[in-house]
Amino acid sequence: MSTTTQQEREQRQPDAMPLAPREFGRWAWRQFTSMRTALVLLFLLALASVPGSVVPQDGVDAFAASQWREQHPDLAPVYDRLGLFDVYGSVWFSAIYLLLMLSLVGCIVPRCKVYLDALRAAPPRAPRNLERLPEHRSFATDEAPETVLERARGALPGYRAVSHEPGTLSAERGYLREAGNLLFHVSVIVVLVGFALGSLLGFKGGVIVVKGNGFANTLSQYDDFVAGKLFDEKSLEPFSFTVDDFDVTFITEGREAGMAHEFTADLTYRRGLDGEPQRQQIAVNHPLEVDGTKVYLISHGYAPHITVRDGAGHVAFSGPVVFLPEDATFRSFGVVKVPDARTRSGQPLQLGLEGELYPTYGFTMRTGPFSAFPDDKDPLISMTAWRGDLGLDDGVPQSVYDLDKSGLTQLKNDDGKPVRLDLPLGATQRLPDGLGSVTFDGISPFVKLQISRTPADWLALLGVSLALLGLLGSLFIRPRRVWVRVRRTDGDAGGPGRTLVEVAGLDRSSGGDLSTRIDTMAAQIKGAGREEP
Amino acid sequence: MSHDQFEVLSNQAVAVCAVFYFVAVMLHVAEWAFARSVAPARVAVGPDGEPLVDAAHQAADATGRTAQMARWGYVATVVAAGVHLVAVVARGLAADPVRVPWGNMYEFTLTATLVVVIGYLFLQRRLEASWLSPIVTGFVLVTLMVDVLLLYTPVVPLRDALQSPWLVIHVIAAIIATGAFTLGGMCSVLYLVKARWLERRDVAADRPAGYLARVPGLEQLDRLAYRTHAFAFPLWTFAALIAGPIWAQHAWGRYWGWDPKEIWAFITWVVYAAYLHARATAGWKGRQAAVIALVGLATLWFNFVGINFFFGSGSQHSYAAELVARTLGG
Repeated sequence: MSTTTQQEREQRQPDAMPLAPREFGRWAWRQFTSMRTALVLLFLLALASVPGSVVPQDGVDAFAASQWREQHPDLAPVYDRLGLFDVYGSVWFSAIYLLLMLSLVGCIVPRCKVYLDALRAAPPRAPRNLERLPEHRSFATDEAPETVLERARGALPGYRAVSHEPGTLSAERGYLREAGNLLFHVSVIVVLVGFALGSLLGFKGGVIVVKGNGFANTLSQYDDFVAGKLFDEKSLEPFSFTVDDFDVTFITEGREAGMAHEFTADLTYRRGLDGEPQRQQIAVNHPLEVDGTKVYLISHGYAPHITVRDGAGHVAFSGPVVFLPEDATFRSFGVVKVPDARTRSGQPLQLGLEGELYPTYGFTMRTGPFSAFPDDKDPLISMTAWRGDLGLDDGVPQSVYDLDKSGLTQLKNDDGKPVRLDLPLGATQRLPDGLGSVTFDGISPFVKLQISRTPADWLALLGVSLALLGLLGSLFIRPRRVWVRVRRTDGDAGGPGRTLVEVAGLDRSSGGDLSTRIDTMAAQIKGAGREEP
Repeated sequence: MSHDQFEVLSNQAVAVCAVFYFVAVMLHVAEWAFARSVAPARVAVGPDGEPLVDAAHQAADATGRTAQMARWGYVATVVAAGVHLVAVVARGLAADPVRVPWGNMYEFTLTATLVVVIGYLFLQRRLEASWLSPIVTGFVLVTLMVDVLLLYTPVVPLRDALQSPWLVIHVIAAIIATGAFTLGGMCSVLYLVKARWLERRDVAADRPAGYLARVPGLEQLDRLAYRTHAFAFPLWTFAALIAGPIWAQHAWGRYWGWDPKEIWAFITWVVYAAYLHARATAGWKGRQAAVIALVGLATLWFNFVGINFFFGSGSQHSYAAELVARTLGG
């Protein structure tokens, strides 16, 4: 194309016919597999990745994404339609990387063929004018041409050297560069396949387990669960575990006071439905692995044990309630829903409590209540109380960490102020109007665990490692051609003739330092014998 | 020495090395200023065609002084790098227990600037890239100032999530790659500036050679930029796409989670991949490739600075803010 001269083009112009579909297809394919297209697609890929870092993603932080939707009711539907909450699964993002892969395959397959041919081919003949090459040296010697050529061969270790015609030597090295290049590009596809398998077949779930409680690996036990499109619920490995203990050490002195470290959870787990119970301690960076499924310790918090007695004196609710930590001091927020209480006269009544837990309670007039330290040294719960309809019966799923107040009225004291239950550990406080009482019985830690499986992660790792290997080859192996030509010249004034030696080289990649290499080569060909004393 | 004393030592070493970098910048600027007066190869000629002895004398004198300034500037840089190294090591010894000093942005910047200087000293010795000296020393000085003024964090132990051998592997690879990309970016900037200068000079050919006469030709600049980038790119691939995912798999249970930091590391990787491709594509060589390299550098720095500040709470990599334990609500 580029060799077409202006004149030729002008000649062809008048009777230029519209391209036949076949030709057009070939032309389009050539354009598509060109480096230029690949470059544009690479830029598009980089650009298309940006929104995923700005807009919260459903698959990364579902909570943040739903919050964002609530805060931007006008934009959210538009974003939803554009797939901005799931950028990396969206049609347009997939289109870009699939096109890139297709362009890559279209580029790599022909190059593989060219490469295989080149592997079999001998180094090309020496050009007629060696002095026109970028690096060129010549010198004269008294030695025989054969001796010089023989020494030249010796000076080219690692080269494939051929003598096409007497008096010349063609040598080439660095065949592995293109192999590395091809390996890199093929490996990119391997990584993509591994990644795709992982995200299609894998899953990631989260569950909060209070110390002493257990978990069985079935879908219903998860608090949140994200799975790939081809994930089969039946493929969940049957295993179960209980959280026997949880330990965390808080630094109590110095600048880093309050910082938690050395989180460990002791689990007893059973493989399968009736496996032998086994014990294992998990910690950050040290997950439990059961048949390819991994259990990670992500975070922790407190679950106060709360007992609610109703007006009739019955225990309407009793047990640990998970309070979610809100900040580094573990000031935590939680909700208690009591759907089956009764009044003193036996009427059904629903009660709701919401409030905060302070693991180490502190109070000043200026700040109000606060948590002085993240450890549960002196816990206190401070809650408000509500009655009415909790909204549990209308079939709409509800968060257990949120009180739907649309059907509730706040309980008030005789003086009209809202009731506030401030319960230190072990305390009981009565609700107004004889509605019952609330007791803070005890406190247990809970752990947030992530349970996940990514099949074919080894394939992705293998792919990316091979890609790196190929990359190193394609960047640092220097393909180079060297030619040597020797010519016998007649000696002037009847003296003995001399041998004229020409050495020239061509770097087939940029960035090389050819000239010093050719210098040393020329020096080696000159030979040790010729070194002046 | 106690841990606290090491922290003081580290802080003082940072101050001392900044002073030496400042001296180095001054010397190199002086070197360039002296060189400017001799840069035109022609010696001033008197009205009768005879060279003005005075001018020639002055030029020779300036050449001597230039070389002297360059030498002293180099010495100051080497001393500064030594003190800088002390600052980094002491920073690690200041923590209890002793750890690698790459736990937060302050420490990362402290180490990355040291890598830039060491890389420059290497280029200087191997490839005689002394023309980089004012830019490198100036850049390192300013970055260190920003680091101390805006990013300083007292020494604290590593969070549990960071306590892994992969911290050492992942972060050192990222730091070296960042340093090398930065050096490569400097070459690309000089390439663009010089290309522009050469274009302008065609118009006014008799303009005296400016400071840029000291910078090598476009081809050499391009080659050096390429070699630096070619060194950094596989390292970045290893840091961001191999060591990072392996560690993430261990710590967070997923090897790639589209966390903002991961996204931008990926973007950086894609842009530098485009740079390497561009250099092999007709019409994209030279200037376009240099621009792409600088876009890559911008994404790299944005990832480092921007993500921590703008997307802080949303990223599991947010070490700028001191989060004791990240708790996933909801």
